[in-house]
Amino acid sequence: MNNEMINGEQYLQNARILVQHLESKNYDDAEKSLCDLTHIQETELYQELGKLTRELHNTLSGFRVDSRIESLAEQGIPDAKERLNFVIQMTDQAAHKTLTAVEESIPVCDEMVKSTEDISEKWKKFTSRDMSADQFREMAREISIYLESSSGKTTILRESLSDIMMAQEFQDLSGQTIRRVINLVQEMEESLIGIIRISSRHSNDESEKTNKKETGLQGPQIPGKEDEDALKNQDEVDDLLSSLGF
Amino acid sequence: MNKDMKILIVDDFSTMRRIIKNLLRDLGFSNTSEADDGNTALPMLKSGGFDFLVSDWNMPGMQGIDLLKAVRSDPDLSTLPVLLVTAESKKEQIIEAAQAGVNGYIVKPFNATTLKEKIEKIFERIDAGNG
Repeated sequence: MNNEMINGEQYLQNARILVQHLESKNYDDAEKSLCDLTHIQETELYQELGKLTRELHNTLSGFRVDSRIESLAEQGIPDAKERLNFVIQMTDQAAHKTLTAVEESIPVCDEMVKSTEDISEKWKKFTSRDMSADQFREMAREISIYLESSSGKTTILRESLSDIMMAQEFQDLSGQTIRRVINLVQEMEESLIGIIRISSRHSNDESEKTNKKETGLQGPQIPGKEDEDALKNQDEVDDLLSSLGF
Repeated sequence: MNKDMKILIVDDFSTMRRIIKNLLRDLGFSNTSEADDGNTALPMLKSGGFDFLVSDWNMPGMQGIDLLKAVRSDPDLSTLPVLLVTAESKKEQIIEAAQAGVNGYIVKPFNATTLKEKIEKIFERIDAGNG
């Protein structure tokens, strides 16, 4: 409003000067006055253009400044990929560990079943008194072999069952890892909603920085992405604890 | 070490609770109870009778470290032996646990031998302290 008044007065003044110059046939000065007149308009145009440029710049740097999006794209997504790969790796290991234990156990069970069947066949003959002394000695030998081997075989089975049980710990570790990825996806969703809000408002107001360094609990360390402060194994944990007087 | 001692296992993942329960049973401890976080565990501990606490760290609700601190600050529970079994392996966390008065610290993934060794060590120290 104020600007318009000043411009209006300036137009009028310049126009008067122009008329004066024209009336006095002073064409050189008239041309100069004409330039002054258009100059005012140009200035307005430049100002408007400047305003637009600034808005555009602010909007663009608004995107750039939102470090949450930047860190999500630069670290979050690769981090999520590695975490999910780690889950694949853990479930793969658990499945193989379980399958190996099963593959080792089945033949042991088969052998035990076969020996038991052989012996019980002979035992039936013995109880129905249908057995020679030689056959009896043969059966006695088989029974003692069976008894000797069965303790070793049940130990193998026991170990396999323990292995299968321990393999299930992948569920806890992969569960913790997937939880973190879910959090990341949620954060990304919020950031995307933020972008939509910024672009629909074409304003450059708050772009809250939340580029916090990850502190607190980290869950399982991801191979290749280990925290430098994280200890590698139980031995290192024990060493640290013993240095603390444990 | 009393094989009949009452042990509370605290972990938010039921599979891990079952694994620890089975491992403890293999070691001869079958008097175990379970809780899924510190908030559930603390009232159980306060109601009494527990001789040993095996807890995870990272749990929704009350975390293991806060459970440990609550136990240490409760006059009735302050001497309860506590073993943390957790995936947290950062130095500062282990130091924090040590300062809070943990008796043993196992990082996941772990095995039956480690569990056995740590439990034996904890009770050896306690027995030595009492004797």
